[in-house]
Amino acid sequence: MKNQSVGQILQKIGPLLGLIVIMIGLSIMSPQFLSLDNLLTMLRQVTIVGLLAFGMTFVILTGGIDLSVGSTLALAGALTAGMMASGLDPILAVLLGVLAGAVLGAFNGLVISKGKVAPFIATLATMTMFRGLALVYTEGRPVTGFTDSQFFDLIGRGYLFGIPIPVIIMFVIFFILLFILKKTVFGRHVYALGGNEEASILSGIKVNRVKIGVYSLTGALSALAGIILTSRLGSASPNAGFTYELDAIAAVVLGGTSLSGGRGWIFGTLIGALIIGVLNNGLNLLGVSSNYQQIVKGAVILLAVLLDRQKS
Amino acid sequence: MTQPIVEMKGISKSFVGNKVLNNVDFEVLPGEVHALLGENGAGKSTLMKILTGIHSRDEGEIYVKGEAVEFNNPKESEKAGIAVIHQELNIIPYLTVMENMFLGRELKYGKTGVTNTKKMKQLTKEYLQQLGIDLDPLALAGNLSVGQQQMVEIAKAISVNAEMIVMDEPTAALTDREIERLFEVVDRLREQEVGIVYISHRMEEIYRICDRVSILRDGEYIGTRDTKTVEYEEIIQMLVGRELGTLYPERDAEIGEVKMKVEGLTSDAFHDINFDLREGEILGVAGLMGAGRSEIMQSLFGYRAIESGSISIEGKPVNIKKPTDAIDAGIGFVTEDRKEQGLVLSMSVKENLSLPNLKGVSHQTVLSEKSEKELVDDLVKRLNVKMAGQNQEVRMLSGGNQQKVVIGKWLGINPKILILDEPTRGVDVGAKKEIYHIMNELTKQGVSIVMISSELPEVLGMSDRILVIHEGRIGAELKREDATQEKIMYAATGGE
Repeated sequence: MKNQSVGQILQKIGPLLGLIVIMIGLSIMSPQFLSLDNLLTMLRQVTIVGLLAFGMTFVILTGGIDLSVGSTLALAGALTAGMMASGLDPILAVLLGVLAGAVLGAFNGLVISKGKVAPFIATLATMTMFRGLALVYTEGRPVTGFTDSQFFDLIGRGYLFGIPIPVIIMFVIFFILLFILKKTVFGRHVYALGGNEEASILSGIKVNRVKIGVYSLTGALSALAGIILTSRLGSASPNAGFTYELDAIAAVVLGGTSLSGGRGWIFGTLIGALIIGVLNNGLNLLGVSSNYQQIVKGAVILLAVLLDRQKS
Repeated sequence: MTQPIVEMKGISKSFVGNKVLNNVDFEVLPGEVHALLGENGAGKSTLMKILTGIHSRDEGEIYVKGEAVEFNNPKESEKAGIAVIHQELNIIPYLTVMENMFLGRELKYGKTGVTNTKKMKQLTKEYLQQLGIDLDPLALAGNLSVGQQQMVEIAKAISVNAEMIVMDEPTAALTDREIERLFEVVDRLREQEVGIVYISHRMEEIYRICDRVSILRDGEYIGTRDTKTVEYEEIIQMLVGRELGTLYPERDAEIGEVKMKVEGLTSDAFHDINFDLREGEILGVAGLMGAGRSEIMQSLFGYRAIESGSISIEGKPVNIKKPTDAIDAGIGFVTEDRKEQGLVLSMSVKENLSLPNLKGVSHQTVLSEKSEKELVDDLVKRLNVKMAGQNQEVRMLSGGNQQKVVIGKWLGINPKILILDEPTRGVDVGAKKEIYHIMNELTKQGVSIVMISSELPEVLGMSDRILVIHEGRIGAELKREDATQEKIMYAATGGE
């Protein structure tokens, strides 16, 4: 944190301040809000969008975007459920499900890097394709009753020391990704690519590999989110994760990562996802109808971005 | 005495307690070309931004034709007849010359919203002709050369009756022929009693077309001189505030065996390029802009495809298809455009310096903070980069220091061969001298340097041998002792 101006520091802690303000506000309006029980429920709800948004952070840092995460979530969830239904070992099914997500992501990465298609267009197309594949695979119906495996139930519904297992998964992944971004060559390449692609190529960075890497990572994380959701609901719907990509992008933006790439951090995304989660949860507690909730959520995103503009 | 078009008196300005201008005086007479000279950070841009109302001043007065004025934004200064031709041109590539010229003030039939194309077309032609320029008003601006686009901007300034034009490094991106053209236009403007503020680092231009030169240093007004009488050495001394000594170091590196051999290199931009590069040698590459110099170097570095030809380094053939191949072969490439190709502006000095060297400062792809810091400490020291700290964003540095960072990136790989494309473009005199010194030091350590440059004094001052490129071919190869500006220009223009 050396050599940063007051403005830069404010820009970094801005999202956190926002989260704290919203939480104080909600705890005044609803006494239940700050109960441990409610906070854990809220955190568990955040995990799905959180995982999607973590991957999205990598993609957006490279200057790209991935609209297909919601569809990948549904397809990987359905595939995992289907594999278990046909008798595959649940552990193996989960691993294969995550792998499937990575392969779907790698496909995005290939189209974008080798095919030189703009990320928005490429993933808009695969968003539709992957959703279609999920519908075809499930014949349009949710997959249910696929396993009685205790392992699989724990993923979405279990607790460890009173903390929901999905929350633990999310934080473990968070710290791994934080390490990758801050401490590895790959992480440095992600920032460089988003900051200046031409200079990155000329510095000997294999940018195509980096791109395929980030989309594969996002695919794998989306699949993991799909598997957690499938476990929690005990059912894999082909319509799961519909429009979740927008929440994921919103979380990244709320966290202060620049959509033009090169600038941002994953801690901000965690805060962004929490802001969205806290709003959903708090407004539910206050009995605000879901129609109004959308207006509030949109307004908060707008406000955050406007404040961000003022600062710079 | 003629009344100045613009007179600025006792201008002072501070940014967050940092005084960037202190009691600066500046004036421009009608029909005068007045050079504004200063190293990067001396306050030239701030002074011009105050004049055009982008920044407010803390102290001082501005008079336009004797009347005190107060500009709050560029629109107001424009109305008073002050136009600025920025280094980055304000041209919209998908619109025609005419549409650019009348942007925001299109002529209409009466009060309808229908544009009067016929009238605009005719006026555009007239304004251009006034400058002696022949351009189709309906040509797409994006298809014009940079020089032509600049002419469109100047014509636009004329069309709004500008009485004073500020030109910020107008020749930085122009070919030699375009520069000649620009000078003709400047002469015409002078005849029309337009005052011109000419900002440039290129001393020979200032002597060539400017009447007076005013010098700023560290925000202080140092003085104004007549270019007809002032000595070059005096200007330099005013600029840097001390005796600079000779700009070019004594070339005392020992030239050894052939390091790199290039044979029959051919692509769409150049043809049959053959040359050797020896250990410890500086090979200057001269030629007009667009002759194919940069393209040859990009191909050597694997950034541009070749059709045929071969490259060998230390006697072994190398196959360079991508920049990584070149880096593995020990080649570093300081590109011409440091902001677009050299630096990641959103990253810190440290991150930029280590970017091509991450393999060396990591274990199993995990970065070692300690080795990275060691590498960067060493580079910063060798290059004397002036900065607030290694974590400062590289975009906050001056041009000269940014250029040192780009060079430093490649020192980290311990290059055998270093290609420098316009290594001192947009860099002030002090930093220039330092860069020349670094180049000399490197060659003493056995590094071979290829240096593309459009500044002939630099080519003559630094090179051991000079290749002159003309229309994609090697037009001449000159030894240091035989080379003169005339010989180079003769070969660069194809002996016309």
